[in-house]
Amino acid sequence: MGTIIHPKNGEDWASSFERARAELARAKRARNASFVLLLLFALGISFWAGEVRTSTLLEGIPNFFNYINDIAPELRHDHLLTDLGEWYWNLGHWLILLVDTVLIAFLGTFLGTVAAFLLSFPASRNLSPNGTVHFASRRLLEFARAVPELVYALVFVFSFGIGPLPGVLALAVHTTGALGKLFSEANENASLDTVEGVRSVGADWFQTMRFAVVPQVLPNFLSYSLLRFEINVRAASVIGFVGAGGIGQELMFVIRQFVYSDISALVLLIILTVVLMDISCERLRHRLIGREALL
Amino acid sequence: MLSIKNLHKRYGAATAVNGVTVDIPEGQMVGIIGRSGAGKSTLLRLINRLTDASEGGIVCCGEEVTALSGRALRGWRARCAMIFQQFNLVSRLSVVANVLIGRIAYRSTLPTLFNFFSLEERAMAVRALERLDMAANALKRADALSGGQQQRVAIARALVQEPRLVLADEPIASLDPHNAARVMDALRTINREEGITVLTNLHQVGTAKSYCDRILGMAHGRIVFDGPPEALTLTRVQEIYGAGGEDEEVRQALGLPGQSRPEAAGGACLASA
Repeated sequence: MGTIIHPKNGEDWASSFERARAELARAKRARNASFVLLLLFALGISFWAGEVRTSTLLEGIPNFFNYINDIAPELRHDHLLTDLGEWYWNLGHWLILLVDTVLIAFLGTFLGTVAAFLLSFPASRNLSPNGTVHFASRRLLEFARAVPELVYALVFVFSFGIGPLPGVLALAVHTTGALGKLFSEANENASLDTVEGVRSVGADWFQTMRFAVVPQVLPNFLSYSLLRFEINVRAASVIGFVGAGGIGQELMFVIRQFVYSDISALVLLIILTVVLMDISCERLRHRLIGREALL
Repeated sequence: MLSIKNLHKRYGAATAVNGVTVDIPEGQMVGIIGRSGAGKSTLLRLINRLTDASEGGIVCCGEEVTALSGRALRGWRARCAMIFQQFNLVSRLSVVANVLIGRIAYRSTLPTLFNFFSLEERAMAVRALERLDMAANALKRADALSGGQQQRVAIARALVQEPRLVLADEPIASLDPHNAARVMDALRTINREEGITVLTNLHQVGTAKSYCDRILGMAHGRIVFDGPPEALTLTRVQEIYGAGGEDEEVRQALGLPGQSRPEAAGGACLASA
């Protein structure tokens, strides 16, 4: 990469360097200018399409606070415990739903991680056994990733009925695509010296992946999977909206029924769960990276 | 044993190996010398089939190596062990796991994927490490070792392959003189004791002369010298290295004091010869 400097007749290196540098800077300026123009254009179009208007924004802000006010529970100093009890009147049921949600996320992440693991090796440019396999696994991962979880959930609810199963499947498929991409990028950064070392002893493709690549990328894979689990806990609480189980289904129900204080109670519970998951997964992740001899 | 005929390797317009023809009898220890870029590494990689030749053939014990594919090719690679300048170990795996990798071509895929190796194979790996004075480190992570130790692990890996041929690509170029000598001693020992043919690229002419039975000199992808170490006079070395043999690379290869510092490994080995 980079330009090679060719001194013209009689020109010394310093001045031919300056000439080449100036040319490079000019080329860069033109590119930067067109990039800025493109950015402005995209922003303009987005404002227009997104109907972002100052008047609508200003008019809407009071509504936002009104809604928050509506769903906020009534908590009085002198009856705090009673009021809290009333706010979380259905806590037992909700906690079960929350555990359901986390389990949906866990199973979805697990299945997706296994599929992503298997597909990530043929999907890596530098490791794929041949072009066709590489192309096929790449496209498969892209498709799995391109469709949002919510859409998969909707489709699976139609085919398997309302309940947690479509939620698990939806998360698994989307996770396969999202993690498969991250995994294959980790694979592409693995040292090829090691790959060559293992290939030189006569290892077949599977053995080469297993012994040369997996030990190098496993800490990354673990870290990415835990990150995906955090994301999936969040996603699992939303896919219930279309009937794919978990706390989201309950949240959708109370929103539709305008049970205002239940909405805030559930949203708060979801936030707490997600934060808790985030913190514990992060702890675990940091502990897993840089461990002693793997496998 | 190994017979190479009119071997070519081209990368686009560049030719790395340009019509190499050579016969190597069983049990010989052969050193290949030459400038960097002379095609020494490419030649070894062509023999192991990590790279495919553009033209020409390699025959070993009646087997047409250049035509092998699939299982037969992997079997060939197992029988011609390779040792690399950068060791190419799996840094996160333990030393013994790295040595066991040398066995995987002899096993069916599935059990190896789950890291199942038999008791005998583990004993074999430990014995190989023992020969190289590395058994005590068997359970350490490979990247916890020094360069010289890693290279000895790589030789242990090569040994458990039970090879007929060992290809060493600049095995001592990243090592200090002391470790370089240990690694070269190990290569000579397996050559003498097991009768394994050794083909090694070397940067230092002195090392090549003191360890090898036969020297090949390469320049611009061709073999320009082929003879016993005694025949390798200063004039012949300068021919191999070209350009009058006055620059730094030649001085280093000869173990002469250069503009920077003397190449101690070459000097030490010359003294031991």
